[in-house]
Amino acid sequence: MTALRVALLGGLLSFRGLFSWLHPALFVPTLIVPPLFQVLFFAYLGRAAELETDTFYVVGNSIQLAALPGLFAMSHAIAGERRSHTLAHLLASPASRVALFLGRSLPVMAIGILVSLSSFVFGALVLDVELSPGSLPLLVLTMAAAAFSCTALGLAHAAVSLRVRELAVFSNLVFAVLLIFCGVNVPLDDLPGWMSTIAQGLPVTHAVEAGREAVSGATLADVGGLLATELAIGCAYLLLGLALLRYYEHVARRQATLELT
Amino acid sequence: MTRLARLVWLGVVFHFRHLSRNAFAVMTTTIWPLVYATLAYFMFRAGSDPETLLFASIGATVMGIWSVTTVDAADTIQRQRWLGVLELLVAAPAPFWAVLLPITIASSAIGVYSLVSTLLWGRLVFGIPLEFEQPLVFALAIPPTIVSIGLLGFVMASVIVRFRAGWAVGNMFEYPVWLVTGLLIPIALLPAWVEPISWLLAPTWGMRALSDAAFAGGSPFVDIAMCLVLSVVYTVVGSMLLGRFLESARRRATLSLT
Repeated sequence: MTALRVALLGGLLSFRGLFSWLHPALFVPTLIVPPLFQVLFFAYLGRAAELETDTFYVVGNSIQLAALPGLFAMSHAIAGERRSHTLAHLLASPASRVALFLGRSLPVMAIGILVSLSSFVFGALVLDVELSPGSLPLLVLTMAAAAFSCTALGLAHAAVSLRVRELAVFSNLVFAVLLIFCGVNVPLDDLPGWMSTIAQGLPVTHAVEAGREAVSGATLADVGGLLATELAIGCAYLLLGLALLRYYEHVARRQATLELT
Repeated sequence: MTRLARLVWLGVVFHFRHLSRNAFAVMTTTIWPLVYATLAYFMFRAGSDPETLLFASIGATVMGIWSVTTVDAADTIQRQRWLGVLELLVAAPAPFWAVLLPITIASSAIGVYSLVSTLLWGRLVFGIPLEFEQPLVFALAIPPTIVSIGLLGFVMASVIVRFRAGWAVGNMFEYPVWLVTGLLIPIALLPAWVEPISWLLAPTWGMRALSDAAFAGGSPFVDIAMCLVLSVVYTVVGSMLLGRFLESARRRATLSLT
């Protein structure tokens, strides 16, 4: 019961305090404007390259954008605690680490789905992408799967911020890897073989494929395997993240680096 | 006048050195453009027109310069807030524009790293030949491009200084400016109403100057002149905005809020 309270209330409070208590009037546009323009940018770049249809880029980028909160909000959940000088208190508390950090990941996942959905809807409206109403629930389900796996990856890489002071660099790199490797803007077949092989173990890849099949009329039974793979990859990163958190907490305590800003 | 010029010059040098030791700024300017250059290479290679790869390199370079300007100009002000020196800088006898302007120019100046990294990346990884039609004009176009983009960042920073969470705004201007200034995407592909907006933005003219020099198309000197004209306009507009927003920040006591 206490663990549930820590997870839910702690997660909610931590989310409210994310990014230096950024006001919603500013927080919401930062989650809507850059994603929308990312979708438009790549759709127009695709037109210039005459490579794929607008639908390809709108679906691919909107699903990949689940990684935006997944990576940056998760890493900031720890970096923000350090900057506010509350990290040491948090880790000195007897609260379950699993409850602490999973609680922090729940609002991030919800925001990930909203970012994906809003960038898809805006992108589809601006670029006049046609979508059958029946495929929307399945598309939202793929976005949820991507939000889960990206948040799990975010948890794994946030663990590193217990050891490293400036994680924004690393977050940007991971975001870039997802953008290049996962077939978001370039079909996997057009990438070098080693890149598409790596993509099979990354979040986003299978969700993007499932999303593209969903908008072309596939059913849940058709894309069930892809979604299961995406969720399995998410679970693997989640376990890795919890293990890394445990390890880096131990290292940071031993080397007294918890409060270094 | 001499003292002001000295202050601005020393400010540019100081912040350039400071930013060069900042992992985030160096990463943003050297690696981030490579991401977009790489995607553009793959997309144009897989598509129909492989001859535009050098154009994509130059476009990604200017993207990098704008990226580091918009993100870092906002972040630098925030850092000074966190360090508790922003109030001191505002209270100093030197006009605050002469303190802020070098920060944004230094931010865009470290964009030279993106120029080197992106062109080398294209050459070494994708085998794009670096054959410029007018190499001297290309080199001549780099400083006005950097300065004018830095001064556009100055206009933005003049507004940001008023807000406690201004740092969050920096990212919001990254993609829109990339999109409307024709860095990778021809402006002709965008809706017609976008073109007049692009004329007001320095990256448009900087990109034209560099690409005209590289491919001997158009007139790079006209583009360079436009960069210089816009630089003057941005300085005047930025100084006026800064006066207003600084007064507002003082009145509302928001300068030191973190």
